[in-house]
Parts: sequence; structure tokens; C-alpha cells
Amino acid sequence: MRLAYFAWVRERIGIAEEEVVLPAGVETVGDLLYWLKGRGETYDAALQAPEIIRVAINHEHVDHSEPLAGAKEVAIFPPMTGG
Amino acid sequence: MAETPDSADLSATMYDARREPGAASGAAAAGGTTDVSLRPEPAIDVGVTAGRIDAAAVVARLAGSGAVGALVTFTGYCRDEGGRLRALELEHYPGMAEKQIEKIAREAAARWPLLGCAALHRYGLIAPGEEIVLVACSSSHRAAAFEAASFLMDYMKTAAPFWKREHLVDGTTGGWVEAKDTDDAAADRWHRL
Repeated sequence: MRLAYFAWVRERIGIAEEEVVLPAGVETVGDLLYWLKGRGETYDAALQAPEIIRVAINHEHVDHSEPLAGAKEVAIFPPMTGG
Repeated sequence: MAETPDSADLSATMYDARREPGAASGAAAAGGTTDVSLRPEPAIDVGVTAGRIDAAAVVARLAGSGAVGALVTFTGYCRDEGGRLRALELEHYPGMAEKQIEKIAREAAARWPLLGCAALHRYGLIAPGEEIVLVACSSSHRAAAFEAASFLMDYMKTAAPFWKREHLVDGTTGGWVEAKDTDDAAADRWHRL
């Protein structure tokens, strides 16, 4: 699965994207954020307040309860500030 | 979130195609034959661009038909923040940005009887005084055009994947602009029960 990071999430993690293989038990967006947060200091810094983090699967906004099944690209980013 | 007097006011004046005589689901529910799907498809013009947005060209495209009685455009500009700002950097998510803007525009066209609809957003470095975003809606009458343009902007700010970062006149890079609760509240007022 491809993960893409944007804005300060990207800056804090230090990379814009990566391929990951999910361990068993990581089934929802919320599980993914929790698992990523435990991968090291940079991830922990980016995801210290997971409740404000926005997630898109295959370019569509999703809730944290969304299952990851079928996801090719999961994007993780702060609340949007365009316009 | 508690409804503010302002948002209560706005929702009370919101154009609703279902309340139009003979329109959409109101007529369908009453056994009428008019259906929202029979409306002519409005011309939808959406996109993201690093270059400048030509507002006059968008207006010319949308206003060129005899059926148009109203055209509302909104342009959002980069402020200099009292001389502090050298530029705004707009980061975006290529692919998703275009897709979400198109989705927002199609939703506006489904909810209001639009004849045309444009939603264009820039990315990259944008200097104070330059435009960041343009939305434009044309319709037979002004209420639909005003409201659809307002709806488009509220969703461009909260659902299109763009993020602003400040570049300061002293040459340093400032922080990421924080999302405002008032923007979420503005988008929320369009939710239907």
C-alpha cells in the first residue's frame, strides 16, 4: 500500500510517500494512524493528535473508522487550508 | 456546533430547488414529471494551475448565452498581511485536488439550477495581490448563482486538498496556515437533514 503525506505531516515525517506492508490487525484508518505513530520519533511528531488528522483513500475523503481493504493509496494530511 | 445567528439567517434564505414550484423531488414526490435529472447539464470548468487565472475569460465563457440572467464570481486573493508576507505557498495533492473540485462543482450543479459553473485553484508560490482561487456560477436568476458560488467556496476551503504556508519578507519560511473553525462551520451550514 502506498502512503502519501502532505503539508506539516509530510515535513514532520520527513518523506512525501512510501510503500508499506501492513501487519495483521491493522484494518481501519484509525488502526493505520496508531500503527504509524509507533514507527519512530518523526511519525510520533506528525501524528501526536491523530483526531485532527484527515485521511483520503484513493483520492476520496474517509473517516477514521473506514476499512483499509482495497486501498491502493492512502493520503494523510492536516485539515485543508486552500481557497 | 451551536448555530450562530448568521448561519441561521443564511440557512433560512438558502435557495432550495425542491421548494421551486414543479421542481425536482418536490414534483417527483407529488407524482409530477419534472426531475432534476432532466435539467440541461451545465458547462462545468474546473482545474488546478500554477499559472495565473484569467477571470475575464471565465466570465466571457459563462456569460455568453442568452439564457443567463445572473453571473456571480468570487476571487480569493493573497494578502500581504500588513507587509509581513512575501508570498503564500500553496501545496496540493495532485489528482485528488482536481477530483474533489470537480465533485464539489457537480454537487453545486445538482443542488442549484446552474447554467454554468467554474472552479479554479492555483498552487505554488503566489505573491500578494495575485488571485488564489476563482469560482463563478451562472443561472437564470441571482439567488441560485449567489448561493451556489458561496457553497463552492465553502467546500473549496474545507474539502479540496490544498495547504497554505507563509513565506515572509525577511526571507524566512513562516508556518503553515491553521485551519479555521469558522470555515468548517461555513461548510456545515449547507448540510441537509
